[in-house]
Amino acid sequence: MPEILDQARTQVLENGVGLDQAGVLAVLNLPDEHLTAALQLAHEVRMRWCGPEVEVEGIVSLKTGGCPEDCHFCSQSGLFTSPVRSVWLDIPSLVKAAKQTAETGATEFCIVAAVRGPDARLMKQMREGVAAIRAEVDIQVAASLGMLTQEQVDELVEMGVHRYNHNLETCRSYFPNVVSTHTWEERWETLRMVRESGMEVCCGGILGLGETVEQRAEFAAQLAEVDPHEVPLNFLNPRPGTPLGDRPVIDGKDALRAIAAFRLALPRTILRYAGGREITLGDLGTRDGLLGGINAVIVGNYLTTLGRSATDDLKLLDDLKMPVKALSATL
Amino acid sequence: MTPTGERRPNPVSSPRTGATPGDATSGAAVDAPWCDRCGEAAASGPHEGCAAARTLEPPRYCARCRRRMKVQVLPVGWSAVCVEHGESQG
Repeated sequence: MPEILDQARTQVLENGVGLDQAGVLAVLNLPDEHLTAALQLAHEVRMRWCGPEVEVEGIVSLKTGGCPEDCHFCSQSGLFTSPVRSVWLDIPSLVKAAKQTAETGATEFCIVAAVRGPDARLMKQMREGVAAIRAEVDIQVAASLGMLTQEQVDELVEMGVHRYNHNLETCRSYFPNVVSTHTWEERWETLRMVRESGMEVCCGGILGLGETVEQRAEFAAQLAEVDPHEVPLNFLNPRPGTPLGDRPVIDGKDALRAIAAFRLALPRTILRYAGGREITLGDLGTRDGLLGGINAVIVGNYLTTLGRSATDDLKLLDDLKMPVKALSATL
Repeated sequence: MTPTGERRPNPVSSPRTGATPGDATSGAAVDAPWCDRCGEAAASGPHEGCAAARTLEPPRYCARCRRRMKVQVLPVGWSAVCVEHGESQG
């Protein structure tokens, strides 16, 4: 057994203290023959500190495309030649999407907009949309609307948004290679305001942007510093027309190593499968990740791409005897 | 019109290459000369990569006129609207 896994068994599994950057790097550098042991330990950590339940979430794009930012992975930037056009979702369709999500057994519904930060029109749409969902659907509403002002944070709390997603996307040292129109520190500031407001913080990122393994470890350590309620873990799905459109998909074993390593850095966090798992891990790898530290999934489609069917994911959870977290457990 | 607004003639009449079995309009193989994923002429190549990618993507271009469509992805399904040829769903 590699020394780092022995250390993690005591430090993380028994004492609930996450690995630091050096420890995460050691896990990320484990040879293939120790990957199964790392995933097994990460699974034990998840079961010990989070339990067997899996949090299920659906997401929808309220405002798609036309974003002024230049996040190099994103097909919704208006600065690239991506074929994604700008479109707004109307309130009845938003409520219908929330209902369909709730029907899968999901407890979370995240409303996302491709913006630098919300303007008055978007905040009005949010006010009306969140009120309509809360009146008609039993589901927790989360939001992801870019960078916020303090007033907007307060307004989202007032609307009843219980969790706010704002990804750091990658580590601080690599961020300028991925985004030039705003800084990592600006994102951090929004996260600070969200935390202080009492909303739950959802903060993750994307692996496979071209970062080194050392930078992946740096990212895990920086996320641990944020101490988010939830970390969505995406794997780059290279989008046509974006600056990262020709990047290779991350190797499946590296993705699984990252899942184990991030779980060992964040023993109590909801660690969610987000975009890219289908092309990175496939069905078998998806199962391996759920047995290697993941305890939440996005079901159904993503913002601009399609996902596995909710039915397939729910059947997999059933096969693995992992109960879907009930709404009552989230209130 | 091309995605950038330039009008081009239809090069051929052939099935649109990226259509998937779950696509509600996949029966419309006639008069669909453009790949609905990459927007290039369907006859320009096999578009095997586009067809594979389309299992996890909605269409982006109208297969009949190559216009970029307004696409809304939902947790369950998607809709795509071509200003000339209307809405398709999957």
